[in-house]
Amino acid sequence: MSAPVKAEARSRPAPSRPAGHPRPRRHLFDTKISPYAYISPFFLLFFAFGLFPLAYTAWVSLYDWNLLSSEQTFVGLDNYTELLADEYFWNAAFNTLSIGVLSAVPQLLFALWLAHLLNRPLRAQTFFRVTLLLPNVTSVVAVVVIFSQLFGREFGLINMTLDAFGLGRIDWQAGTATSHAAIATMIIWRWTGYNALIYLAAMQAVPRELYEAATLDGASTFRQLVSITIPMIRPTIIFTVIVSTIGSMQVIAEPMLFGAQVSAGAMATGGADRQFQTLALYLYEQGFRSYEFGYASAAAWVMFLLVVIVVGINFLLVRRMRGSLDS
Amino acid sequence: MTNRHFTASVRRAWRSIAARPLTYLTLTAVAFFSAFPIYWSVVVASHDNSALAQVPPPLLPGGNFFANVARVFDTAPFQLALLNSVLVAGSITISVMLFSTLAGFAFAKLRFRGRNALLVLVIATMMVPTQLGIIPLYMMMIKLEWTGTMYAVIVPSLVSAFGVFFMTQYLSRALPTELIEAGWVDGASTWGLFWRVVLPIARPAAAVLGMLTFMTAWNDYFWPLVVLTPENPTVQVALSQLAAGYVQDFTLGLAGTAVATLPLVLVFALLGRHIIGGIMQGAVKG
Repeated sequence: MSAPVKAEARSRPAPSRPAGHPRPRRHLFDTKISPYAYISPFFLLFFAFGLFPLAYTAWVSLYDWNLLSSEQTFVGLDNYTELLADEYFWNAAFNTLSIGVLSAVPQLLFALWLAHLLNRPLRAQTFFRVTLLLPNVTSVVAVVVIFSQLFGREFGLINMTLDAFGLGRIDWQAGTATSHAAIATMIIWRWTGYNALIYLAAMQAVPRELYEAATLDGASTFRQLVSITIPMIRPTIIFTVIVSTIGSMQVIAEPMLFGAQVSAGAMATGGADRQFQTLALYLYEQGFRSYEFGYASAAAWVMFLLVVIVVGINFLLVRRMRGSLDS
Repeated sequence: MTNRHFTASVRRAWRSIAARPLTYLTLTAVAFFSAFPIYWSVVVASHDNSALAQVPPPLLPGGNFFANVARVFDTAPFQLALLNSVLVAGSITISVMLFSTLAGFAFAKLRFRGRNALLVLVIATMMVPTQLGIIPLYMMMIKLEWTGTMYAVIVPSLVSAFGVFFMTQYLSRALPTELIEAGWVDGASTWGLFWRVVLPIARPAAAVLGMLTFMTAWNDYFWPLVVLTPENPTVQVALSQLAAGYVQDFTLGLAGTAVATLPLVLVFALLGRHIIGGIMQGAVKG
């Protein structure tokens, strides 16, 4: 009985406060300044370790800057002209684009379809969701180790299966197309479930009545997917397209470790003929194998530009995607 | 009219029954392909290399699992790597949870000049490919003499734009503004309210964010590879050393994979529904 009274007395310092001062002094600091204090850890650390390095890259890219030499000479845009004439750079750009298209397009289409299947009353809903996300919990390194075994030339499960059907073995790492397909498979396996869940979340926000009306009008579930679901969740689709585009421009661990299986030790070239060296891996080779920091920084900035261009193109393409619910 | 209605509902009922077996079959097949590579890694890790050359290959786990795991610990500094990864992922997780909740509270419930612009900045930074700043970041680590130490892996990841966004979203819905105002009236400081009122309410979302952050930090590979040495690695770096050996020893590599992955997979199998809830929650406004 006495406890609440005591608590109330403690939490009300008003009687001791002089009349005419409705707010204690702490309030000024509290309302005006403390919010900035609360968000400052994020912004300070992000500027120091995220944004500043990115901007400083532009500065370094104007120098002939090698970690192993003590002097850095200003060379202007020489790194850029050299880079644009470098056939290995363009090879890496082609590989990145090819792996990006091969992984992102099937991945997102497949995720959309899976989310569509999951977006209905189902038994074992949780089981399916957890299992679909399992690949995403697996680390990139683990994924490549596992799939390198599956895609192995001699004892790989996939080649053994092909052999059993009389189709002949494939040396997956040797060819451009086959190695790209293998790497794209790893990316698709790891990310489809994640994207499916994001689509599913968006689909659950679509009003049920739309589907009920469509069902009464005799629209098939596929028709409903195309005419109702996709137009309604278009913002989410744009979001996933952008995120997967940025992701595919940064693919590095897959080619690096897939390459490690080809020639132990030399991991940075992406295959003997650079057949699956991506841009990020090229950046790594220049920066952390040759220690050409200036040159690698130029590559990073050109990559950044490419990311912006490709994201922009994709954004425009997806925004133009026609939907029957559009006005 | 009634007739049309009737046939439509019959057709709908028929379709919902007919669609089901096929839906379940498809989803089961997809679940199988999702889980199989992980299962396969355990199968390979529990045999010796000669068993893998058999046609057909073994499809059930064998008895060599612990022998192979022991070889993993002999070949690479896995004990140290596990310790390092727990330290790295643990401190990043605690820091991201704390700073995200703090900033999320400010963005969701406090009024200050420039709040909207700063929040837009947070969302924009989620899109910035910071990986491209890796060379100056490495130069910074040399200056700070952090290369080869866990500081280099921990400090740049102490905050996360996604985390701030996620907690802002959650707290603007879950934290009643009246509760904060009542606290002020009672003479509590905002800082005191953060600890006594905001944190308890933020706990479920912070836990989800913590699990996601721990997974990301545990699985991070590229930056630790660049900045650490083979003698003092994280789990993923040590695992890549195993995989890049001069001899293709798949049982060794996949036993390492199992050691590095299975703890996380088990935790995920237990807490997965909460993590999925978090991912789906974070996605809605995305």
